[in-house]
Amino acid sequence: MNLLAIDTSTDFCSVAASRGEALFSRHERAGQRQAETILGMVDEVLAEAGIEVAQIQGIAYGAGPGSFTGLRIAAGVTQGLALARGIGVIGVGSLLALSEEAGKDAADGRVIACLDAHRGEVYHAAYRRTGAGWEEVSAPGLYRPEAVPVASGGDWTGCGDGFAAYRERLAARLGECVSAIRPEAAPSARAVLRLAIPRFAAGEAKDAATAVPVYLRDKVALKTSER
Amino acid sequence: MLVLGIETSCDETGVAVYDSFRGLLAHALHSQVALHDAYGGVVPELASRDHIRRLLPLVREVLRKAGAREADLDAVAYTQGPGLAGALLVGAAVANSFAFGLGIRAIGVHHLEGHLLSPLLEKKAPSFPFVALLVSGGHTQLMRVAGVGDYEMLGETLDDAAGEAFDKIAKLLGLGYPGGPALAELAQEGRSDRFAFPRPMLEQLEKNGDLNFSFSGLKTAVVTLTRTRALDEQTRADVAAAFQEAVADVLVAKSLAAMRTTGLDRLVVAGGVGANVRLRSVLDAAASRGKFSVFYPALEFCTDNGAMIALAGYLRLKADEAARALPLGFTVRPRWDLASVAPPETPG
Repeated sequence: MNLLAIDTSTDFCSVAASRGEALFSRHERAGQRQAETILGMVDEVLAEAGIEVAQIQGIAYGAGPGSFTGLRIAAGVTQGLALARGIGVIGVGSLLALSEEAGKDAADGRVIACLDAHRGEVYHAAYRRTGAGWEEVSAPGLYRPEAVPVASGGDWTGCGDGFAAYRERLAARLGECVSAIRPEAAPSARAVLRLAIPRFAAGEAKDAATAVPVYLRDKVALKTSER
Repeated sequence: MLVLGIETSCDETGVAVYDSFRGLLAHALHSQVALHDAYGGVVPELASRDHIRRLLPLVREVLRKAGAREADLDAVAYTQGPGLAGALLVGAAVANSFAFGLGIRAIGVHHLEGHLLSPLLEKKAPSFPFVALLVSGGHTQLMRVAGVGDYEMLGETLDDAAGEAFDKIAKLLGLGYPGGPALAELAQEGRSDRFAFPRPMLEQLEKNGDLNFSFSGLKTAVVTLTRTRALDEQTRADVAAAFQEAVADVLVAKSLAAMRTTGLDRLVVAGGVGANVRLRSVLDAAASRGKFSVFYPALEFCTDNGAMIALAGYLRLKADEAARALPLGFTVRPRWDLASVAPPETPG
């Protein structure tokens, strides 16, 4: 299938496309410049893949958790493009995409994914590779580093910038079960696309309007009655 | 030319379809007032989260009401600023990628330019040049408008916007948030002459023709008065009436002075406070005495809406041959001075 994938859940601006079996992608650190960069990057990746916008059959997007603004850029671009072309969308969790991106090097395919959620917290999930897919060992959640779920067994690889921001506190919590850390690993559109391809094939694509972020942090302000 | 307009600068998601031959074909709005009510004001993150959920269904709704398909559109106009950065980004992302997907133009519009030009949606529309009084919860400005993008600032508020003052006094009187419209309703039950509130900046007008506004002193005067007496039902209504009269007096005096200074005989009133009944009646009376015309947008287009953005976008695209490029990136301008907006570049 001709598919497009975008991920702006972290500092990166990341776009990938597939034409048949072939995958094409760009992945750049963009910081605050994701909005300025994303459509130009989509244009470049489609050109490289030899696909016209009108030939895209589905769009996958990094759904979160991650930077609130980044998640809305990916969701907004996905909505706009999908509405214009009348095609379906599939959201892929950022922590799963992080595991997929980093997982090829992980010992025994066991990944603890942690993204820095700021305000002293991390977005956390744990996955174990099973054949071509991933089994969810610990569902995505928002935790203080000293309260993340402890994985059973050993040989887990800790991935994501949560391990840079809270290295010692996570090490104290997770102890011996983590054998290696990869704090530089980040979700990518390529990983989002790889995870979405079998789901598109299975007919799981949804309407464009369903492309909304998964924030996990839902308490963002105090009501008057709570002050 | 068929233009889709998208407005997401604050707490209202507005979408409309404007046709250069037939005028406004359809519009729809979702207000977040109920969402922010419990927080006593707009929470920017919650506003952004609501926009991303509401926008696409609204786009579909207006296209259906307009009897248009996506492929019939010639351009997408969206509010580029000023406003809440995260909220603006939602509209910009959807607008630009929608245009990109259709292979049509996208154009970023200044939110206040949308308000300024909104009376042009009406059958009785003003011609250029005119004086515009832009008065809302975020802005209070007098401008000389010579054409699309040709704006000269004559005066603006030095502190609170007029609508902001309405909302704050409404809160003080226990009318919730945003309580401006409720305050105006309460004022109808009151006497405007029981309390005498100051008319800020009228002295400066007489002294040196200063067309700027200030509403913080008036607000303080109301706060001070309400601290010293029991607020029974009638007193609240009288305070509301006296406060509203003071604001209307200042707005009208400055608008009349702006008409004299510029020598123009057309006044456009736009923005949420432009819906205020008392302000409209005082202005209409002054207009019939002073032999000038006042133009208002329809009540539903006084507050934020997609129709004014579609119209402003169309007027810019019509004039601007340079804006033919397809979108490849987008930026928003949360702080953006209207006087710095340039006229469309005409080919030449």
